[in-house]
Amino acid sequence: MAKVIIIGGGPAGCEAAHQLANQGIDVELVEKNNETGGNLNNWYQLFPDRKSAKDLNDILKQNLNHPKIQLHLGMEPRKIEKNKEGKFLVPLSDGSLLEGDSLLISTGFKIFDARRKEEYGYGIYENVITSVELENMFYNHSIQMVNGNTPKRIGIIHCVGSRDEKVCNYHCSKLCCITGVKQAIELRELLPDTEIFCFYMDMRMFGPGYEEMYREAQEKYNIKFVRGRLSEAAENLNKQLQIKVEDTLVGKPLRMTLDMMILLVGMESSEGSRQMADTLGLNLAPNGFIKSQDPHYRNNNTNVEGVFVAGCGSAPMNLTDTLADARSAAMSIMEYIKRI
Amino acid sequence: MINFWGYSISETRSINYDTNDKSMTEYIARVVPSSKLCIGCGGCTAGCTAGNLTNFNIRKIQMLMKRGENKEAKEQLQKCMLCGKCMLVCPRGVETRKMILEMLNYIKTKLKS
Ligand SMILES: Cc1cc2nc3c(=O)[nH]c(=O)nc-3n(C[C@H](O)[C@H](O)[C@H](O)COP(=O)(O)OP(=O)(O)OC[C@H]3O[C@@H](n4cnc5c(N)ncnc54)[C@H](O)[C@@H]3O)c2cc1C
Ligand code: SF4
Ligand code: SF4
Ligand code: SF4
Repeated sequence: MAKVIIIGGGPAGCEAAHQLANQGIDVELVEKNNETGGNLNNWYQLFPDRKSAKDLNDILKQNLNHPKIQLHLGMEPRKIEKNKEGKFLVPLSDGSLLEGDSLLISTGFKIFDARRKEEYGYGIYENVITSVELENMFYNHSIQMVNGNTPKRIGIIHCVGSRDEKVCNYHCSKLCCITGVKQAIELRELLPDTEIFCFYMDMRMFGPGYEEMYREAQEKYNIKFVRGRLSEAAENLNKQLQIKVEDTLVGKPLRMTLDMMILLVGMESSEGSRQMADTLGLNLAPNGFIKSQDPHYRNNNTNVEGVFVAGCGSAPMNLTDTLADARSAAMSIMEYIKRI
Repeated sequence: MINFWGYSISETRSINYDTNDKSMTEYIARVVPSSKLCIGCGGCTAGCTAGNLTNFNIRKIQMLMKRGENKEAKEQLQKCMLCGKCMLVCPRGVETRKMILEMLNYIKTKLKS
């Protein structure tokens, strides 16, 4: 019976495992953390429909209850080899050895470390937080400055760690614009009297319903959008942030004081994705993500025969695209297995 | 530019949002809610007759007003002929003509100079 080894049990790995198992294929799913779901565990409500992230995660988890799926939690592959018969040998951290006909790499992305953008003061000024930490505040239904006060003016900063040569990332992380809009709306619901600004370079509302959500953020939720990239922030004695941007649509420098600053941190290729590329000899795209063989027709194939990629290991993408990509990878793997 | 003793001091060009008077933008947002929908595309300015003949720029004026920079609005708005052409092109349905009328109204009656 054909067997597929999946490395990475985030949304992509879970969905691919479920699809393959339903087609009668044995699946070994290897996840380094003690639970599946990957970055989905970090979010509270999802764009675009504000669905609870936990509900989606639960569905993906339940699907893994399948006789054809073997779950290896808290486990990482060591060096992977392809033997003469074309089988993949995957030794795990507990000393066991998996053998499979095909490999799916779904090791996902990592969040940009905002400390690398030192001039924004993350880790230095107490009221600078990331979009990831804000999700946690939403989870607890409480938005406060460190001193316990309610913020009266909040600034959301786009493109932190993306589209920025200074941190060696040319790419757009694709999801932070819509995350910013979603989070601005959630902030408004909790803080009806707070002034909320988004500082953006371009508003990239690529998905269905996204532009509509942006429009609603302006009209119904009174979120203000300023086109300009933050150059630097400084803290004053009250622990507020003094920021400098150019309001590029009027062509003047703008200064304002914020009580809280939220950094929309971007996505980078995860350590896991890089390790897999290293051990398997996979090509990386210039942005560090795993390179697909072809952007249109073989986007789940890699340069190594029998090794496939799904989800954010190959590029930043939302959950809709991640899950569709996982199903598409499962199809490509099935074709491959039939052929060998 | 302020001139004294043969020296001149440039007025700061930067917008100080903290100290600016935001009463006009608050008023406009309330009476013309569609004005909040502007995405700064410049369609209005491109077709504006007044803007093609003078340095009047309706997109920029409304954006400055939103930051509490009311001076330009006060100086420039009377150049508008209220023809409403700007409204015809706006992709976000901003009622520009109504917004301009309300701005003029506010400047005349309520704006502290
Ligand atoms: C701030 C932010 C908010 C977001 N909000 C939304 C939203 O509201 N709606 C939406 O549609 N999308 C959202 N996304 C995108 C969403 O998180 C991704 O689409 C999704 O997580 C991608 O799933 P994935 O499985 O490809 O990767 P990941 O979620 O990164 O999962 C990868 C998995 O692989 C595991 N792994 C990594 N390396 C190894 C290894 N060596 N061995 C074993 N396992 C390994 C990891 O532990 C992890 O479990 C958001 C993204 C960000 C950055
Ligand atoms: S999605 Fe938006 S915030 Fe994120 S990198 Fe792209 S342009 Fe910047
Ligand atoms: S109404 Fe005023 S701003 Fe609009 S197009 Fe006519 S002159 Fe220009
Ligand atoms: S056309 Fe509409 S959206 Fe575009 S700048 Fe003018 S008012 Fe704003």
